[in-house]
Amino acid sequence: MSNAAAVVRSPPARRRRASVVGGLARAGLVALVAAALVGFWELYHWVWVSTGWTWPFVVNDTSMPHVWTIYHAFGQPAQVNQPALINVLLHKTAFTAKEAAAGFGLGALIGFALAVVLAQVRLLQRGFLPYIVGSQTVPILAIAPMVVLWVNPRLPGSLQGWGAVAVIATYLTFFPVTINTLRGLQSADPRALELMRTYAASRWAVLWKLRVPASLPYLFSALRLAATASVVGAIIGELPTGLQDGLGGAIINFNQYYSIEPQELWATNVIAAALGIAFFVIVVLAEKAIVRRAPEETA
Amino acid sequence: MSDGTATPAVVRVEGVTKTFPRGNVTALENIELEVAPREFVSLIGPSGCGKSTLLRVIGDLIEPTAGTVRVNGKSARQARRDGGYGIVFQEAVLYDWRSIAKNIALPLEMLGWSRRRRRERVAEMLELVELTSFADHHPWQLSGGMQQRVAIARALSFEPSLLLMDEPFGALDEMTRERLNLELLSIWEQTGNSVVFVTHSISEAVFLSSRVVVMSPRPGRIAGFVEIDLPHPRTVETREAPRFFELVTEVRELLRRRGEHLLPEEEAVLE
Amino acid sequence: MTLRPRIGVVVEWLPPLVVFALVVGLWEGLVRALHVQQFLLPKPSTIISVFWTQRHVLWPAGWYTFKEALGGFAIGSGAGVVAATVVGRFRTAGQALMPIFIAANAVPIIAFAPIFGAWFNPIQPQSKMAIAAVLCFLPVMVNTLRGLQSARPRQVELMRSYAASELEIWRRVRVPTALPFLFTALKVASVLSMIGAIVGEYFGGAMNALGVTINTDAQIFQFDAAWAGILVASLLGIALYSAVVVAERLVVRWSPEARVS
Repeated sequence: MSNAAAVVRSPPARRRRASVVGGLARAGLVALVAAALVGFWELYHWVWVSTGWTWPFVVNDTSMPHVWTIYHAFGQPAQVNQPALINVLLHKTAFTAKEAAAGFGLGALIGFALAVVLAQVRLLQRGFLPYIVGSQTVPILAIAPMVVLWVNPRLPGSLQGWGAVAVIATYLTFFPVTINTLRGLQSADPRALELMRTYAASRWAVLWKLRVPASLPYLFSALRLAATASVVGAIIGELPTGLQDGLGGAIINFNQYYSIEPQELWATNVIAAALGIAFFVIVVLAEKAIVRRAPEETA
Repeated sequence: MSDGTATPAVVRVEGVTKTFPRGNVTALENIELEVAPREFVSLIGPSGCGKSTLLRVIGDLIEPTAGTVRVNGKSARQARRDGGYGIVFQEAVLYDWRSIAKNIALPLEMLGWSRRRRRERVAEMLELVELTSFADHHPWQLSGGMQQRVAIARALSFEPSLLLMDEPFGALDEMTRERLNLELLSIWEQTGNSVVFVTHSISEAVFLSSRVVVMSPRPGRIAGFVEIDLPHPRTVETREAPRFFELVTEVRELLRRRGEHLLPEEEAVLE
Repeated sequence: MTLRPRIGVVVEWLPPLVVFALVVGLWEGLVRALHVQQFLLPKPSTIISVFWTQRHVLWPAGWYTFKEALGGFAIGSGAGVVAATVVGRFRTAGQALMPIFIAANAVPIIAFAPIFGAWFNPIQPQSKMAIAAVLCFLPVMVNTLRGLQSARPRQVELMRSYAASELEIWRRVRVPTALPFLFTALKVASVLSMIGAIVGEYFGGAMNALGVTINTDAQIFQFDAAWAGILVASLLGIALYSAVVVAERLVVRWSPEARVS
């Protein structure tokens, strides 16, 4: 009790300083973990090579290229007469990011709208919810070529190619948003609902003034999941479509040369991982900026 | 209190001081308190007077900065290890994954009672708090008052000589609270244990107790004692007796005198 | 009173069945009415008939892939629970590392699928199990860890009043508190494991694996067969998901939500 009072009275400057210290500590921790991962990778490589262990898989410079080999691969052209790999990959990353961002936006909108409709009409919710859950068991990779065949001819020229991939990213993105928002819309405090009733508030007013604000923390935890899902969707969508402009195309391409130059596939995957984390971090920062209240853990 | 004959105190608190390093708060300062066998002691005072802290120090859930606590002649730690007291919090703190019967059986499991003895005791306790038909229900299916009765049954199940209660009825409505007050008194008369009872309510403290300990905040100190000489058994009529009102006034006066330096909103808590 | 449960069952099952009939009917009708080409979207009746005529190929293929998914699910989820237990033992370390685990969860593991193919023999099921396991690991670990850390302080304090050891508090309070979190993660993981196995097969796999079958059918424009394969994959995914839901209802019997959802 008295501790709480002390926290309230602490000047904002002290809190800001505390958050700076916390940020630095966190950055240090991230660096530490990254260093530990690199160390573990090289140690594992060294132990398995020197002992000749082959379980669970044979370790050599092809299956686990050295960290510095991967690092050097970024600076060198993958093929003659091409710019350095890092430049090529950054262009492809921008392309995949565009698909993922479009899929993210579209999926979030559709997912949110769907949740609002389902929350309003219980009968629809009963009827459709099992299929919304079931929709995620459909192997999207297997449908992707058919989706592209169907979507592409219907898109305007500027959306050709990447638009169809964005649709696939949308498919993976909408799901967490719908499920979590639905839970959030239904999480409104019953007493607050009664209060709204005393105001003779319309359904619409209850939705926008009470249910939607109540669902925001749930929505953002869903958007964090959706950020990852959109990147996964963009990469998966590129795989069977033969699109060469994005990371998915690069993965297919470098996979064919893996036995000769494994570091290029690894380099591509490192960039893909960074893209996924970047999307996630952007959503987290957006949440911090928008939802100005106690942080909530709803996953 | 003790009249010189050497009745061993159930609780003996000597020179207890507790400071929290964070914010440098002195929650308790030099507390001296004895609780005799079969005594019902209430701790009352405004927020921040350290009454819950004192309860936790007695239960060895918090370590005092200075001073000693002995429960049944043993150190507080040893008493806790021996199942020396039962505790009830403001919330029922039931374990959602256990049925009502299994919630009551939990301390018995911890003390290594056999399955058969556990089953018998749980049946007795359920009868005591009149929840026999709810044995196989889960906590979420019970009302707040029923949950709190389960918590009391659980605290009493292993027959501790001491019951620690931290505003156990604070979250309940007035009518439920008064009914549970009566139930608690009848249980106390049947079991004959000592009770240390933390409360915000003057009338509850006077109605239940043998003795009321009035505490004042910042730092937490004992402001005075009020002996409650209302006859037993206490009934609904007890609350309407003139003596009851005199004692309520006495406690209120003591709180008010010590509370003169309080902020207005804290004084409101005392009403 | 006796009628009540039966009405409840009807209310629960009727809307999904109506939706199913409507969607399938609409799909069939529209494809027929608009003369949609076979390669774009086959009629449900065509898919079902192919599903039936090719059952001797599809089911063994589905079973093969399902075993890969199941193996990965078991290995990944098991490792996730063990890792969460170990990290949860050290509270401050667990709390400090939590944001990093969560961020790591944002890595598109799917991108690493071809590497697993290169590590293990792509024809062997181990490579698919490895992908599925890695996909399952992080969500299970993160959620279990969060569950182990979300025991209510009062419940722990009460155990302390019984002089319970840390091990006993863990067994009697922390683990039961974590179980609903674990099952939430297992539901996610069940779906992921099936997707992981099929994506893994996209980068090469045994000829009799479902992912390979679907892929081949799509490449030779046998879309009705591809759709039949997708149907098998979905059914198996739903089966695994449902198994987790049933297990959850059996284990987490105490919570009101377990009955409703």
